[in-house]
This record gives sequence, structure tokens and C-alpha cells, in this order.
Amino acid sequence: MSVLEIKDLHVSVETDQGTKQILRGVDLTINEGEIHAIMGPNGSGKSTLAYTIAGHPKYHVESGSILLDGAEVLKMTVDARARAGLFLAMQYPVEIPGVTVTNFLRTAKTAIEGEAPPIRTWIKDVRQAMTDLRMDKAFAERNVNEGFSGGEKKRNEILQLELLKPKFAVLDETDSGLDVDALKIVSEGVNRAKANTGLGLLLITHYTRILRYIHPDFVHVFVNGRIAEQGGPELADRLEDEGYDRFLVPSNVG
Amino acid sequence: MSAASALSKSALKTVPAPSTSAAESVLPAGQHGIKEHSDGRFGYVPVQTRSDRFKSVNVADFEAVTGREAVWKHSPVAKFTDLTAGHVDGSRYPVESTPSPDISVEWVPRTDARIGTAGLPEERAAANAWSAFDDALAITVSGEEAKEITVTRSTLGNSTRGAHTIIEAKPFSQATVILQNTGGARLTENLEIILGESANLTVVSLQEWDDSAVHLANHFASVGRDARLKHVVVSLGGSIVRINPSVRLAGPGSDTLLLGLYFADAGQHLEQQVYVFHDAPKSRSRVNYKGALQGQGARTVWIGDVLIGNKAAGTDSYEQNRNLVLTEGTRADSIPNLEIETGDIVGAGHASATGRFDDEQLFYLQARGITEEEARRLVVRGFLTEVVQQIGSPELEARLQLAIEAELIGTDDK
Ligand SMILES: Nc1ncnc2c1ncn2[C@@H]1O[C@H](COP(=O)(O)OP(=O)(O)O)[C@@H](O)[C@H]1O
Ligand SMILES: [Mg+2]
Repeated sequence: MSVLEIKDLHVSVETDQGTKQILRGVDLTINEGEIHAIMGPNGSGKSTLAYTIAGHPKYHVESGSILLDGAEVLKMTVDARARAGLFLAMQYPVEIPGVTVTNFLRTAKTAIEGEAPPIRTWIKDVRQAMTDLRMDKAFAERNVNEGFSGGEKKRNEILQLELLKPKFAVLDETDSGLDVDALKIVSEGVNRAKANTGLGLLLITHYTRILRYIHPDFVHVFVNGRIAEQGGPELADRLEDEGYDRFLVPSNVG
Repeated sequence: MSAASALSKSALKTVPAPSTSAAESVLPAGQHGIKEHSDGRFGYVPVQTRSDRFKSVNVADFEAVTGREAVWKHSPVAKFTDLTAGHVDGSRYPVESTPSPDISVEWVPRTDARIGTAGLPEERAAANAWSAFDDALAITVSGEEAKEITVTRSTLGNSTRGAHTIIEAKPFSQATVILQNTGGARLTENLEIILGESANLTVVSLQEWDDSAVHLANHFASVGRDARLKHVVVSLGGSIVRINPSVRLAGPGSDTLLLGLYFADAGQHLEQQVYVFHDAPKSRSRVNYKGALQGQGARTVWIGDVLIGNKAAGTDSYEQNRNLVLTEGTRADSIPNLEIETGDIVGAGHASATGRFDDEQLFYLQARGITEEEARRLVVRGFLTEVVQQIGSPELEARLQLAIEAELIGTDDK
């Protein structure tokens, strides 16, 4: 049984105006098979948490720890984290010129497994996953994210989630910018990945609508760089009705 | 990150705006709209039709190079005044070639009837070489079977040289000629490529010079009726390498594919001015140049001129240049020009783009388990493979893939 533990995490970023403190003591434990929703207003630090888990070099960890089955993730390189079983579906997936989706997926799978996947089953798996996500076959030969629409980029993230089979995945606003049909397709993909591999999920979202399709076990309200409140799915319903206003302290307004 | 324009039937005489992109950040090359020709309007300098440029084999007919000339303005001319203004040694030099039954490699005198039939110098370095050479190296292809020959220059050394080469493909002949350049060089030269009726010739010019080499070359090709020329420029090594191919599609139904592959690392200047002149009906051209830049001061220039002459009804042409910028501190210029003198064309278009491989891309790939080294290799290989795969010589293609990877690693040390 795998576990991802985030302990008293403090993170800052360098800006033109100097060092900016973003995360101010995040504590969170996710067990394999659990779905945790992190909900919070724009600018509260949700993406910072996601990027810090993945190891983006822009974010400086001042103190705290992230443990994957007891091993310190913060000491690992970005690629080592992925190989250890962490996955980040990005809010803004990046275009990679010159690299086709096919080539990218095979290279990533090979890197993560430590050996090339058996060709025939791999091709079949990729096709199946693309069909499930209603992705046209032509995507396979296009360059990663190049000229993809917002919705196509998000599907491509979930395609990777399904094929790379991580232990824990952080989905950073995968729902934003999706119309309801795309939202359903993407949510189905996430649910399928969970059913197939039993991964743990950290579902970052600004809105509650994705929670209609992906049902969280826990909901955390994220405000001003830390978790302000946590509870079960009913907390999401409350946020839907009341918004984030009651969590916003005056210093965070404007 | 790309701009393209395509033009189908149009009765306009057109000159689209060129575009230059220096790559510090992401640089789309801008939209190259087809514009109406603008001479006669106040304030505009009339654009000279490409085929009207001054030509001469005599170096004295050209003014000293200042660097302001259209053909020189992107080049570091001060670094090779010995090749544009000085005396260059035009004597024979050692060449090695792999034996091939229907291909002869020999030195021929200046009086050889083929000399000057494919093209003439349009700038001073080319004229300097033309004035200086004693004998020309002639590679003559006959025989209808496919075959390959590699002609290697590896001991030119660092004294200034002028050279002249002829490649002639007899009617209906077929061959791949690989010109391999290694070692040191301070060389200015002209290469004439002459394709007889229905000949099918591939010429690959491979620049893997030493780090300090300077190589200025003009390739002039004349493609006969129904003949097909594939011309490939691969520039990897050398300090300054400037290869300017001009191809005249001289016979009806003639066809050319011009490919280019370059990888500029720190301090390198790699330039190519490509010119395709459609001078016969039903001629077809495709130009595809791709380059990667990595390291401080890596500099590339691509100029692509296509002229569709008034005799060239029913032509089809497309040219593109793409650059991949791997680090800060590089500059890629990419300038397509299209000139059309006939209303009857099947297609004409061009595209030019400079894209950047940056830290966010690296992060994205690493976040999928791919190491940094592998990530760069993946991107560069993916980008350049399209051109490598079209060369059509499996052995050379495999060797180039390795050479490209060596480039990637090589610059990491600098
Ligand atoms: N690289 C950065 N440079 C400067 N400021 C940043 C950077 N990343 C995040 N921030 C700032 O940190 C705060 C939190 O950002 P983010 O984690 O993206 O929030 P969220 O994802 O919750 O909208 C915001 O005020 C944002 O402007
Ligand atoms: Mg965010």
C-alpha cells in the first residue's frame, strides 16, 4: 500500500520584487486508491503545490518534506520522481516541437519501466486509450501539444496518465476550459485509470463541476498557501453554495 | 509557431515580404502575405528580379566586399577577406573517391566545354575562385543503374584555396554523389551540376570540417527535361560555412528537391542562400531546410528565393525553413522570397518558422520520466529526422543520425 505524505511544506518563488512566499505549511497524506480534491481560489497556491511535487526548478522548498513510501521526493530529480510513480497532469501542457505523440509516449513508457514496452501490446494499448478518450488516430503523428486545442491538450494529459500508470497523480485544473462533453470524457479516463491501477489522486480544481464525475473521498479547501479546512464530499457542496468568501482573509483580497 | 502562405492560380506579379527572425525567445516568423509588387510607388526601392543579378567570372568585375551587399549582409565578411580579396591557390588538391564503374572522377582543364554552362558567379568570393582555378574536378555519371560514390576532401589544410567542380549526369543516368568534407579549410569554390534529359541525380554536400574551417561555396545546377535533382546540404562542422545552391529548372518537367540540415553550435556561422529558378513549363521544386542552434553565438542564415519565370507555365513549388533553438544566445535568420512572373501556376507557397526548446519543454519531458539528455536528443532527432530520412542513402542516414547526436553532446562540453 503506497502513501504520499506532504509535511509542513513551505515554498517560495523568486520574482522581480524579491522572494515571494507561496506555500505556508501544507500537510496532506494521500493513500493509494484515495481521491483528494483540493479546491481553492485563483492564486491560492494550488499549482505551486502541484509543481513542487513534480519538482519544477522555479519553486524553492524552504522547509518541509514530501515522502513517497518513506522516500524523500524532494531529493529526487524531476525525471526520477516520475519514475518513482508520480505524475502531474499540467494545467497548461507544453508544446514539444519535433516530437510526435507516438514517439513521446514510447520514450516516456520506456523511461518509466526501464525497458521498452513489448511492441504489439503497446500499440494496442495506445490505440485503445486513444479511442476511449475519443482522440482521432491522427493525433498519434502530431507533435506533442502543437496546435492542440485546450481540450485536446487535457485529453493528451489523461492519455499519458492511463498509459504510464503512476502510483499517484496530481491533476492541476484538468477540468478548466473543457466543455461538458470533454469534461465527461476526461473524467471517465481518470476513473478508468483509477479502476485499473488503484492510483491515488490529488484533484486540483477551482470549480466543483468535475466532482460530479469524479467523486472525492476527501475535500481540502486551499487558501493563501495552506489548507484552511478539510472534510468529506459534503464540503464541496458547501463551497458550491457559498463560494470561497468566508475563507478569504482581508490580506489576501486584491 | 509557423506561418505559411500558399498561392494557387493568380495573375499577379508578386513579391512577398521577407521575414527575419532572431531567436532569443519564441519567434514565429510572421505572416508572409503575398503582396502586390510595389515598384513605382514612392519611397520603395524596386525589387530586382533574381535572375537579373550581375554575373561575372572575373573577380575584378566586383567591388570589394563591404558586408552591406544583399548577398553578404548576414555574413561575417571581415573574417574571410582572404577569400574575397586575396589571392587564392587554384591548383589541384588530393581527393579520394570510392570506385564506381559508371562514374569517372578526373581533373579537366579550364577549357572543358561544360564549364560555365550551369551558372556564373554573382558575388566576389565565387568570382575569385573562378578566376583562380587551374583545373576542375569533373565527376561524370553515366549508366542507368542506381549507384553511389563518395568523394572525400580531407587534407586541404589552412591555406586559402579556390576550386571548381563539375558533376555531370548524362541523359538517363542515375547516381548518388556524396561530397564529403573534413579537416581544415579556407576555401572558396564553385560547383556546377549538370543534369541531362531524364537523369536522376542526388548530390549530397557534407560539411564536417574542423572547428576553424571557412568554406564559401556556390552550387549551380541546371536540370534538363524530365530530369530530377535531389540536392542535400548537410553542415555540421566548420567555423563559417556558407553554401549557396542555385538550381535552374531548365527543361520541361524538370524536378528538384533541395534539402538542408544544419546544426550550429557555439560561435558557428552556417549560412545557405537557396535559389530556385523555374525556367521551363511543368517544372516542380520543393525546398526543405531544417536547422538546430545551440550555444553562445550560434548563428544560422537561410534565404530562400524562388523565381517562377514567364516561360514556366504550370509549375508547382514550395519552400520551407524551420529552425529549432536549443539555448539562449543564438540567432536564426530565415528569409523566404517568392517572385512570380506568370499567371499560370499550379501552386507556390512558403513557410518559415523558428521554434524554441526551452526549460518548460524540458520540464514537461522530464516529468514523464525522460532524462534531460534523452529529452534533448528526442527533440532534436525528431526535428531533423524528417530531412535525414529523405536523403535516400541508408548508410549515410544512419551515420548522420550519429553525427547529430555527437553535435548535441559536443556542445555540452564547450
Ligand atoms: N513563477 C512564478 N513567479 C511569480 N509568481 C508566481 C509564480 N508562480 C506562482 N506565482 C504566484 O504565486 C501565487 C500562487 O500561484 P499558483 O500556485 O499558480 O496559484 P493557483 O494555482 O492556486 O491559482 C500567485 O499569486 C502567483 O501569481
Ligand atoms: Mg493553478
